[in-house]
Amino acid sequence: MFSSIAHYLHYKSLPLHSFPPPLYKYWKQIPHPFLDMGSVAGEFVRHVLPEKVGVSDHSAAGSEELHVLAVDDSHVDRKVIERLLKISSCKVTAVESGTRALQFLGLDGEENSVGFDGLKVNLIMTDYSMPGMTGYELLKKIKESKAFRKIPVVIMSSENILTRIDRCLEEGAEEFIVKPVKLSDVRRLRDFIMRGEGEENRKKGNHKRKLQDDYSISPPLSPAASLDCEISSLLLPSSSSSSPECPSKRPRLWVED
Amino acid sequence: MLGLGADRLRADMNRLLALLFHQGVLDEQFLQLQQLQDETSPNFVSEVVNIYFHESEKLLRNLRGLLMDREFSDYKKMGIHLNQFMGSSSSIGAKRVRNVCVAFRAASEQNNRAGCLRALELVEHEYCYLKNKLHELFQLEQQRVLAAGVRYPIQN
Repeated sequence: MFSSIAHYLHYKSLPLHSFPPPLYKYWKQIPHPFLDMGSVAGEFVRHVLPEKVGVSDHSAAGSEELHVLAVDDSHVDRKVIERLLKISSCKVTAVESGTRALQFLGLDGEENSVGFDGLKVNLIMTDYSMPGMTGYELLKKIKESKAFRKIPVVIMSSENILTRIDRCLEEGAEEFIVKPVKLSDVRRLRDFIMRGEGEENRKKGNHKRKLQDDYSISPPLSPAASLDCEISSLLLPSSSSSSPECPSKRPRLWVED
Repeated sequence: MLGLGADRLRADMNRLLALLFHQGVLDEQFLQLQQLQDETSPNFVSEVVNIYFHESEKLLRNLRGLLMDREFSDYKKMGIHLNQFMGSSSSIGAKRVRNVCVAFRAASEQNNRAGCLRALELVEHEYCYLKNKLHELFQLEQQRVLAAGVRYPIQN
């Protein structure tokens, strides 16, 4: 019922620059092979929203449901990430702190590692800034543990701080996602893990991308000017569709297709 | 004649949403939340937003409490509350609220108490506006659902 709003906005012909700047983030997330530079205006709004998830999206290949452990001290964010994951056919366990996460995994020093087969975790998504144990500290503890170091860990943060991103990636984080987390982020992660290529790409060192987006995350106070600027820079022809300079925090494997 | 009221209410809702987008009160993250709502989770958006209101009011109370204290000096603690508030605001697409928080954070980083107080007032103002508008939106939605359920007698 709400999906009509995008069409409403588009067909009411609001001038492009009146859209809030971050809308173009979606455009940049589109993998290059699919980006049609020729029909920019029309595609702009159409690609603004990720496609609605239909029932057919549930893995019919099916018994393989990924189990994701989500860690975030914000109740709002936990609710959202839980929904994002469920709608992407993942089982979710959402906890509010690093301590609870370690307890769940059985890494809190308690004699508790028996019978974790049924609760196997395929992916850990954790917020960076949390009281007590930060996401970074949680990441370190997980990577230090023999049993769990192979589980991919994704860090989420509302701050786009390069040193923070570097530190996390160096410590072994699979990826660093700038909040707010979107459906496209979750689906991409899920596909990445399902494909199970994580192991090989890790060895090749291909997947560790830094966030090099050339736009500022905190929305500028004069939306119109900066949006026009960003849009015009996006309209310039790119050198190649699989350019290694591609400013993206996505794993390179995304572009390999 | 079925659902005429529902259609008009839907139009009202879309108009309100378009206005809020145009004003920069909401951004595309709010659309993302709407996309997550379906038959299996029909009240997702209002549930998340209500959690946001609940969390935010606590955080705003804390911020005001800290700043009203004559001997206030714990800018770090204030920064933590502020970051939490900014984070959840951006998670629901509350763009203008989040933007005024940026100014608040700047004042806080300069240990500028007066600046923080001014910024807090701005934040509270934007938050109130957002809350009122979202309540309006959810009311329209409730009415629309009711109207869509109304059956008119069919005349042969």
